[in-house]
Amino acid sequence: MDESLRELYQEVILDHSRHPRHFGALVDATHKGEGHNPLCGDRVKVYLHVDGEGRISDVSFEGKGCAISQASASLMTDLVKGRPVEEAEKLTGSFLQLVKGGDAEGLKGDDRERLDVMAGVSAFPMRVKCATLAWHTMMSALEGGESANGI
Amino acid sequence: MNVHAKPDFDPVAARGDFEILSRSVYGKPLVYLDSAASAQKPRAVLDAMTHFATSEYANVHRGVHYLSAAATGRYEAARETVRRFVGAAHADEIVFTKGGTEAINLVAQSYLAPRIEPGDEIVLTVMEHHSNIVPWHFLRERHGAVLRWVDVGDDGALAADAVDAAIGPRTKLVAIAHMSNVLGTVAPLKEIVARARAKGVPVIADGCQGAVHEILDMRDLDIDFYVLTGHKLYGPTGIGALYGKRAHLKSMRPFNGGGEMIREVTRDTISYADPPARFEAGTPPIIEAVGLAAALDYLGALDRHSVASHEQALLAHATTEIERLNWARIIGNAPNKGAILSFEAEGMHAHDLATILDREGVAVRAGHHCAQPLMERFGVASTTRASFALYNTYADVETLVAALHKARKILG
Repeated sequence: MDESLRELYQEVILDHSRHPRHFGALVDATHKGEGHNPLCGDRVKVYLHVDGEGRISDVSFEGKGCAISQASASLMTDLVKGRPVEEAEKLTGSFLQLVKGGDAEGLKGDDRERLDVMAGVSAFPMRVKCATLAWHTMMSALEGGESANGI
Repeated sequence: MNVHAKPDFDPVAARGDFEILSRSVYGKPLVYLDSAASAQKPRAVLDAMTHFATSEYANVHRGVHYLSAAATGRYEAARETVRRFVGAAHADEIVFTKGGTEAINLVAQSYLAPRIEPGDEIVLTVMEHHSNIVPWHFLRERHGAVLRWVDVGDDGALAADAVDAAIGPRTKLVAIAHMSNVLGTVAPLKEIVARARAKGVPVIADGCQGAVHEILDMRDLDIDFYVLTGHKLYGPTGIGALYGKRAHLKSMRPFNGGGEMIREVTRDTISYADPPARFEAGTPPIIEAVGLAAALDYLGALDRHSVASHEQALLAHATTEIERLNWARIIGNAPNKGAILSFEAEGMHAHDLATILDREGVAVRAGHHCAQPLMERFGVASTTRASFALYNTYADVETLVAALHKARKILG
């Protein structure tokens, strides 16, 4: 099989897409955002609860989409939960670099290890938007916006 | 005795006319199953455009010099070729546009907008492409038109009765796809036109898909407007055509203003040229018109009934093969459908599937196909679509099916 395909659809990604973590609405969300990928019609909603100290105490997402977008959203919720908003923003920046083929120098340690599974997306330029949709949506939710286009 | 003057169609020989089909992608031979999005171009089209640009090119309808006359001759000859292709009575009923979308917008703005009072209705079907939806939404937003939607059956078939039932006393136009770009459904256009005509309502057909697969006869159809686009007809991008009945075109105000569409301009007044020039403001797509004519000549040299049979045979074969997969569901099984096959695969999103097929060299379309109301009707966010053209073969279908199995192995 094509190596880049194996890289793209590795077991971790398929597992996250089949069994997404933190899936569903968050009733006490302080921030929410809706993202839309006009290319395929997929939609994702991201819910966040940010506490008084600027920490993402809870996060979830819902929506239907391809394996890449679902896995990316699921991984994202795993990674940002319990962390300060500022760190989530930095992580998003690094993630965007990673899936666009950049070296994402800011990505270190456990974050690097967990997100490296998404690096294969960079070999598929038409699919980068699928991977970034949830992240853009989270950022737009944190900024108080209501929608994102995954661009 | 063979009553056809033309020999039967040979798809393998035809493939030789399309150079791009011999290339490979990711080291795999290209299997191009996305002609409903845009068809590949035969060498004859590219040669005609190059030859024209290198020997006869100038602007049209302007200069008095040799090349201007030659180019004008070729441009108007292209119009005549389109007239013949659609079976229109007069060449001045053919307006060149930059594509199908512009042609529909022209009818919406120049024909219908001045005739719309708030509450007037436009009848359209759920299987329309956005290009035959959004221009009518503009009239809803800006002029208070009401859109009346006609549903298709669960098999994707469109009944003339359903269209007829939606036509009421306030209907000002029926807008309908000749062939659905997702379901492949071919609308019973002649019957729909007859029913609408009986109620005094004009009909526009979006023929961007239909013109490729069906043999057209505007006089027999007695339709008011018909739209086609060059790039799906094996011609170049940047050109399409609107057929409009002469009386309608004469009654319409221009859409774009500029050079070549006027009779006289003074500081205080303007008067307009007659159709079709009235609707072709500015320098038109001249080289593209020559290319479109070459594409229609290319098609005209083939036995189009044999081409249609070939495409139908591919569709039937692909349908049988995909029906055998108990994890795939075909969307659109109308009795009268063209060579378009949309399907959903269990547990596989269309984009993941298309990505894997791509690495096998198989180009398909995945997504909502610019037909979101139809996606909603069938309760899907997106589908995978294989579309067949004259240059596809049984081997292409086999490769598609093998690639589907592979995708299932990776994602299933």
